Amino acid sequence: MNNTWLFILQALTVIVVLGLLYRPLGGYMAHVYTTQKNLRVERGFYRLIGVDPASEQTWPVYLRSLLAFSLIGVLLVYLLQRIQEWLPLSLGLPPVEQGLAWNTAISFVTNTNWQSYSPELTMGYTVQIAGLAVQNFASAAVGIAVAIALVRGLSRRKSLTIGNFWVDVTRGILRILLPLSVVAAIILIVAGVIQNFNPFEHITTITGGSAVIPGGPVASQEAIKEIGTNGGGFFNANSAHPFENPWPWTSIFEIILMLAIPFALPRTFGKMVGDNRQGYAILSVMGIFWIASAALLTLLESVGSGTASQLAGAAMEGKETRFGIVGSTLFGTSSTLTSTGAVNAMHDSFTSLGGGLAMLNMMLGEVAPGGVGSGLYGILAVAIVAVFVAGLMVGRTPEYLGKKLGGREIKMASIYILITPTIVLLGTALSFAIPAVEASVTGTSMANPGLHGYSEVLYAFTSAGNNNGSAFAGLTASTPWFDTALGVAMLLGRFLPMVFILALAGSLAAQDKVPVTAGTLPTHRPQFIGLLIGTILIVSALTYLPVLALGPLAEGLK
Amino acid sequence: MSSVRGTTRQYWVAIRSMIIFTVALGIVYPLVITAIGLLAPSQANGSQLSVGGKVVGSALIGQSFTDKKGNALPEWFQSRPSAAGNGYDAGASSGSNQGTESPTLIKAIKARKAAIAKSDGVDPASIPPDALTASASGLDPDISPAYALEQINRVAGARNLPVADVTKLVNSFITGRELGYIGDPTVNVLELNIALSKLKG
Repeated sequence: MNNTWLFILQALTVIVVLGLLYRPLGGYMAHVYTTQKNLRVERGFYRLIGVDPASEQTWPVYLRSLLAFSLIGVLLVYLLQRIQEWLPLSLGLPPVEQGLAWNTAISFVTNTNWQSYSPELTMGYTVQIAGLAVQNFASAAVGIAVAIALVRGLSRRKSLTIGNFWVDVTRGILRILLPLSVVAAIILIVAGVIQNFNPFEHITTITGGSAVIPGGPVASQEAIKEIGTNGGGFFNANSAHPFENPWPWTSIFEIILMLAIPFALPRTFGKMVGDNRQGYAILSVMGIFWIASAALLTLLESVGSGTASQLAGAAMEGKETRFGIVGSTLFGTSSTLTSTGAVNAMHDSFTSLGGGLAMLNMMLGEVAPGGVGSGLYGILAVAIVAVFVAGLMVGRTPEYLGKKLGGREIKMASIYILITPTIVLLGTALSFAIPAVEASVTGTSMANPGLHGYSEVLYAFTSAGNNNGSAFAGLTASTPWFDTALGVAMLLGRFLPMVFILALAGSLAAQDKVPVTAGTLPTHRPQFIGLLIGTILIVSALTYLPVLALGPLAEGLK
Repeated sequence: MSSVRGTTRQYWVAIRSMIIFTVALGIVYPLVITAIGLLAPSQANGSQLSVGGKVVGSALIGQSFTDKKGNALPEWFQSRPSAAGNGYDAGASSGSNQGTESPTLIKAIKARKAAIAKSDGVDPASIPPDALTASASGLDPDISPAYALEQINRVAGARNLPVADVTKLVNSFITGRELGYIGDPTVNVLELNIALSKLKG
């Protein structure tokens, strides 16, 4: 069977499963975030932390709670890494060095899961489970909470509040992420993903040589890593490692896990605004991008142009035999179009244009379907801009879901869209513009010479700014410059957009709804789907064309 | 409520909730999953393979079949090239991360091609891609059926075994695509070599 058929059948499998999940999961999530009822365990939790679940927050208070929660998360993960030598189950590893500990703490709290380190050489089991995995849950729940707050802004009328952050985060973890993770972890264990606290075992092979069998609580971490679109691997090789992803079908399963919530959230949105067609329109845009991008990456890697690929006979460098080309490209597309950043093949060794496409996926703003929550609020921000553009063309006051889009709303959405490109372009430019930094970047960090080395740097800032976390992993990022600059990029790339999304939510919630008239632009028709696709391409992708031309395009079209 | 007091209160809520989440998600959750994993002890502990009661590896983790200097031992089926440590170091999983225009990678592929053509006595153009490229994890347990079949003459020769017997063995270790369309066909090198070591001439 050739790659075309393999792609069609494997992609179809993913699409069918996601299609079956869309209504029940999306509807369930809408219920979770709208019901007045609290579970008994939740009531006990609210008493312990001192929160009245019935109280509501204005957007600035919601934001302050979110920032407080995230700051405490950063401090805790930083602390755990710094005291690693005294923690149990630390495999005799020393404390993580300051710069790296700061970078890693931010990385996991911002749902990026960029890893400047090799986990099996750096992080003991306690830091992995009690530090990193906890943030996998927390950061995912925070992302969904912000999306839900924005949807409330669109669905409420004349409301001063947008929900309660503590309730949203607690419900996200307890009712959505945790149950899904338990089920997924059990399936992964049965498949062969390890779950133990054994140290790395040294054995003698049949040839008399020596080998190592790694240990660790991997399945529990792997599950939330995909479901929460986190992506931080238990091992350096991430989802390419056979103990994280042993079979071709577990790879498909992990793809489904990382896409499940982001692709179901449009349903949640549709339910909450009382018009399921709005959800289908957003879903269509996300789906079209995913299918087109996956097909293109599969094509590029199957053709396998480039000197080394041609010499070897196929682009199999950095790919596992069991996944093959198609299993690798489907995973890579899903991972870079969400904010997951997990890899089951090394993107640094993709063909030049294939690696460029992985970058472009992130540069689209991770909205197709994007990270858990961040994908939905990201695409809604672009949708608001799209409605505004359409309004300008026909000369009418733009409205989205009955909300007037005035100067304030458009400013919020526009600033939101500008933040990430600014971070990415500035970070990349500074890496080469500051002489001392440039010496370290080209001398120490870049693994490949020339254009591809530049691509490694561009990829790093694209990944950090968009909170993706995948890498052209040849780059040595554990240098003072990258630890600091990527840390700042992740922090700003996560929380600045959230400020503007919550401000937008607050301003939309305060409005009354205007009635639909003959002049209202319908936002559930194919016409709007096309408009939104165009806006995403023009607003996001074109911003990056020049920097892509300098790296992957120049390398691939040479 | 003044906003300073409100903000301070937020931090207390954040600290308390983070502590509770750390206990519930960072300790209880992985322990519960580990307890459930006891029901599937073989998988949870790494799908270990034993010969004569001694653990010789994991069915899922690739190994190298080389001498101490890293030279391929002709009597064993060889795994793919590996960038994990000095090769198949499961304490340091990694790909090479070399791009397709990398001079280092181009040189390495040329050298591997020449070495295999010489050791296996085959046309360099017939060597399958997986034999020439390092995997993503550096721990790929599999090779393609084409690469396994390509090594038969060398292995049979080194072991004084009939080519037909070794061919039969290799064919019995070819795993097809799951459901006919998921993944690529593979041969698990360690499992094949264990069976090979039991093959009598």
